[in-house]
Amino acid sequence: MGYFWTIATLVVALAVTWRYLGSYMAAVFDGRVRWLRVVERPIYRALRTDPEQEQTWTRYAASLVVFSGVSIAVTYLLLRVQGSLPMNPQHLGAVPPALSFNTSVSFVTNTNWQNYAGETTMSYFSQSAALMVQQFVSPAVGAAVAIALVRGFARRGSTTIGNFWVDITRCMLYVLLPVSFLAGIVFVGEGAVQTLAGTATIHDVLNGVTQTIARGPIGFMESIKQFGTNGGGFLNGNSATPFENPTPLTNWLSIYLVLAIPFALTYTFGKMVGSVRHGAALLGAMVLIFGIWVGFTSVAEHQANPAVAAAGVTYQPAGNMVGKEVRFGDTTSALFGVASTSTSTGSADASYDSFTPMGGFGLMTGMMLGEVTPGGVGSGLYTILVYAIIAVFLGGLMIGRTPEYLGKKIQAREVKLAGLASLVMPLAVIVLTAIAVSVHAGRAGPLNAGPHGFSEILYGLTSQANNNGSAFAGLSANTAFYNVVGAIDMLIGRFGVIVPALALAGTLAAKGVVPESLGTFRTDTPMFVGLVIAVIVIIGGLTFFPAVSLGPVVEQLSHGRFF
Amino acid sequence: MLVHLRRSVVMAAVCLLVFGVLYTLAGTGVSQLLFSHQADGSLGPDGSSLIGQSWTSSAYFHGRPDDTGPYAANPKAHVSGGDNPLVANGVPGASGGTNLGPRSKVLVADTKALVAYWHARGVDPTPDLVTTSASGYDPDITPQDAIVQIPMVSRATGISPARLRRLVASVTHGPQLGFLGSSTVDVLQLNEALARLR
Repeated sequence: MGYFWTIATLVVALAVTWRYLGSYMAAVFDGRVRWLRVVERPIYRALRTDPEQEQTWTRYAASLVVFSGVSIAVTYLLLRVQGSLPMNPQHLGAVPPALSFNTSVSFVTNTNWQNYAGETTMSYFSQSAALMVQQFVSPAVGAAVAIALVRGFARRGSTTIGNFWVDITRCMLYVLLPVSFLAGIVFVGEGAVQTLAGTATIHDVLNGVTQTIARGPIGFMESIKQFGTNGGGFLNGNSATPFENPTPLTNWLSIYLVLAIPFALTYTFGKMVGSVRHGAALLGAMVLIFGIWVGFTSVAEHQANPAVAAAGVTYQPAGNMVGKEVRFGDTTSALFGVASTSTSTGSADASYDSFTPMGGFGLMTGMMLGEVTPGGVGSGLYTILVYAIIAVFLGGLMIGRTPEYLGKKIQAREVKLAGLASLVMPLAVIVLTAIAVSVHAGRAGPLNAGPHGFSEILYGLTSQANNNGSAFAGLSANTAFYNVVGAIDMLIGRFGVIVPALALAGTLAAKGVVPESLGTFRTDTPMFVGLVIAVIVIIGGLTFFPAVSLGPVVEQLSHGRFF
Repeated sequence: MLVHLRRSVVMAAVCLLVFGVLYTLAGTGVSQLLFSHQADGSLGPDGSSLIGQSWTSSAYFHGRPDDTGPYAANPKAHVSGGDNPLVANGVPGASGGTNLGPRSKVLVADTKALVAYWHARGVDPTPDLVTTSASGYDPDITPQDAIVQIPMVSRATGISPARLRRLVASVTHGPQLGFLGSSTVDVLQLNEALARLR
């Protein structure tokens, strides 16, 4: 019953957010929101950019790529010299080169894959000024790309798609900053830690235990970690640790924050193209798939853990509690997991590696669908728009007409770009997984034996290519091999989709609009929702079915066998 | 290209200042002002109510077996099992679960060892008591997890089972807001109440 109300309250809260955050974001990106202009104006002055002056898609993409490159370099440097920087009460030394490289790429690409344990590796300065900064920047970059693509549909005969610097500044200042700050207060009020003091050492006379407890500025990182679909936590245990996610209420809030922007951006899209119905159609496709995945994974996690049952504990009324926290329980942890993997967040309030085979299947395939249900901040919307273009192309083939979407003719160039954008991620995952299982350095990674060991590798490379960042964390990925391969995986998965998406924005913005006629294939109907779902599921399913069969499916079918 | 580079460097500096430094300092200031107890880690005289501890004496209720049984004996055998926040009982580590998969032979063996650990103490364990958490220091157990330990604690302390049952009930927290999560018992709070009872 509690789970029912958890979901019901989330649905209501997200529905309200969809409508109002959605229209607010449209106003933000149209430049109609100005309440922080005292901060906004000086930023443009420092950048020497005129907020009214827009960029072509090539300049927009160049700004984005150069800025991301500089961000990676700055983050890398800060981690390398952390020993000489302030806010380091534990006196932690420099982060090693390969790990610094992987980590900086990870945070700049909105992945937040973590090959380190935060509490024993990163100083407070590194956590805040190197890593958390990217938790504001990287979702803003994703949102900027999505909005640029939306402008491509909304405009006609335009050579420009917006100003990159203005778009990311507005997203950070007007959307990410205020919500994160308020949510941060809630996190701390509930028990998340927020201090610059070092570790606390406590001796308990009752049991004679002495504990050294890791602390830090955690609560306010927690809010942006979730709201920006980042997922990189301060502590190794991520949202499972009580100092990051102390109560069921903060757990609820985490799930809400993760889903808020990705869903709401479909309203923003509808509003900006002048047809909220089109936004609702994309929302429908996202919600249907998301709902099925939540149901499937929740049922899977409510089953007994086979290894625990084999040890003689056959009665497990609370479901699989291996690697789960008592205050969250089985089904809510499953909901958190699906919310985190179906967006590009990757935070974890449970140990995903210890999920049942089908629970792990739900998480892994949530990412393999391309992070569009609802996907990360911005990345969810621009990727599902790519799938929508493929869907209208297929629809057009079926009825034998040139396909259109929102009055824009979808021609060879658009279909090629959409095809490219949709194939980059699967290609990266499959090729790199094949390499990882073929070389010794790759096979040395997994903790678990048998099919689950393969799942750990597949999950890791899927997670990084989708800029998710969650892990079957038994994989020992802090090695030269996984640090480098993972970084390549993340870079391909991020920019291999962003650049084609911006190219699409450019070519679409330049097009005129063809008037709707009787023969136009409607793209705001349940039929179209079904077609988009089919495209998402067929592309993901056909690409990954063989690989998934070797991992969680074999594991599920191995009744009575242990590895 | 040079203009992109210059703007990127300026933007990176601005973001570092605004979102890295100012946001953190402002957040810390507000937190310390409004909720200094929570912001410092909910620390009491015996530890943090949010961080589980290792309880091995039969005179106290035990938490999840994050540091007991096979996870206490040889913590190095696992990725991060058997550890406390930073260094507990001399064992360095980080938060996290065991990451053992659902068909892991190691998990079967560990669980068997935990069942034996409880049986040796006269307790018929619930699943929570033979499975480890995701953080590695789950502070909570369910009321049922506490109730099954009553014979053990009663024998060691001489307190009647009925009194212990009332004690557990008195520190049980219901679902938050009436529907979020399930009923929990904070192990440290329970044991502090138990110590006062003696």
